[in-house]
Amino acid sequence: MIPTLGPHADFIIASYAVTAFVVAAMIAWVVLDHSALKRMLGDLEEQGVTRRSRRQGEG
Amino acid sequence: MALIDLANPTRFLRLVDRVLPWLAAATVIVFAIGLVQAMNAPDDYQQGATVKIMFLHVPAAWLGMMGWSLMSVAALGTLVWRHPLADVAGKAAAPLGAAFTFICLVTGSLWGRPTWGTYWVWDARLTSMLVLLLLYLGVIALYWTAEDPNRGSRAAAVLTLVGALNLPIIKFSVDWWNTLHQPASILRMGGSAIDSSILIPLLVMAVAFTLLFATLHLAAMRNEILRRRVRTMQLMQAQALQEASA
Repeated sequence: MIPTLGPHADFIIASYAVTAFVVAAMIAWVVLDHSALKRMLGDLEEQGVTRRSRRQGEG
Repeated sequence: MALIDLANPTRFLRLVDRVLPWLAAATVIVFAIGLVQAMNAPDDYQQGATVKIMFLHVPAAWLGMMGWSLMSVAALGTLVWRHPLADVAGKAAAPLGAAFTFICLVTGSLWGRPTWGTYWVWDARLTSMLVLLLLYLGVIALYWTAEDPNRGSRAAAVLTLVGALNLPIIKFSVDWWNTLHQPASILRMGGSAIDSSILIPLLVMAVAFTLLFATLHLAAMRNEILRRRVRTMQLMQAQALQEASA
C-alpha cells in the first residue's frame, strides 16, 4: 500500500532520499575501504613484508 | 572469551568477522519492519503526513549524540588507560556520528519548512546540534591530517572530551531557553507524550538505526586496525630499503 503523503510530499520524499543517500555512502565507504586495505595488505605480504607478531606466530 | 582478550586486535578482528554478518542481517530485518510501520503510521492531527520525517530525524539525532558519547568514553580509554582499541573505536565512530548528525540537521530543516514556515532558525537546539556537527568535523580533521598519528589521536581525544560539554546543552537547550524547537516528548519526566501508534514505529526505527550504527562502527574499526597494519608494514618496508641502500 502506498501511503498518501499530502501537500508536503516533496519534503517527506526529500528527507527519505537524503537519508538513503547518506546511509548508502557510509556503507560504500566502509566496504570499499575494506577491500582497498585487504588488497594493500596482500601486496605487502607478497613483497615479503611480515608483521613482527605474525613472525612470532600470533597471527 | 574474557572481555580483556578483546584488547588484542587480532582476537577482536576474529570476533568482528563472526558477528558482523548477523548484525548486518538484523539491521536489514529491523529496518524493513520499521519502514513498513513508519509508512503505515497515522498522520499527526496537526502536522499531517510530515510526521513521517520524525522516524528519520529523531533516531539520527539520538545517534549523533550517542556517537559523541561513545567517542568520549573512547577518549578516556585513549588518554587514561591507553587501551589499544579505544583510539580505534573513537576514530571509527567520528565519520559515522557526523553522518547521523548531518541527517538530523537536513531532515529537521526539511521538517521545519512545512511546520514552522522556515528551514532554519538560530535557536539553542538547532545551533547546538550544528556545533556538534562542526565538532565532529574538527575531530575528523585532527585524526586524518596529523602527521604523527599518536599526537593526532591525543589531540582528537582532548577535543572530544571538551566537546562532550555540548551534549547536556543539546539535551536541555529546549528547557533552558525559549526555542522554536519543541521540548522533549519521548525521554521526559512523566513518560512519552506521543501516541503508541506513532511511538512504536519510532522506537523500531531507533533500534534499526542503532543496529546500523553498530554494524558500521564494527566494520570501520576493523578497517582502522587493518590501516594501522598497512602503515606498520609500509614503515618496515621503507626501513628495510633504507638499510639495504646504506
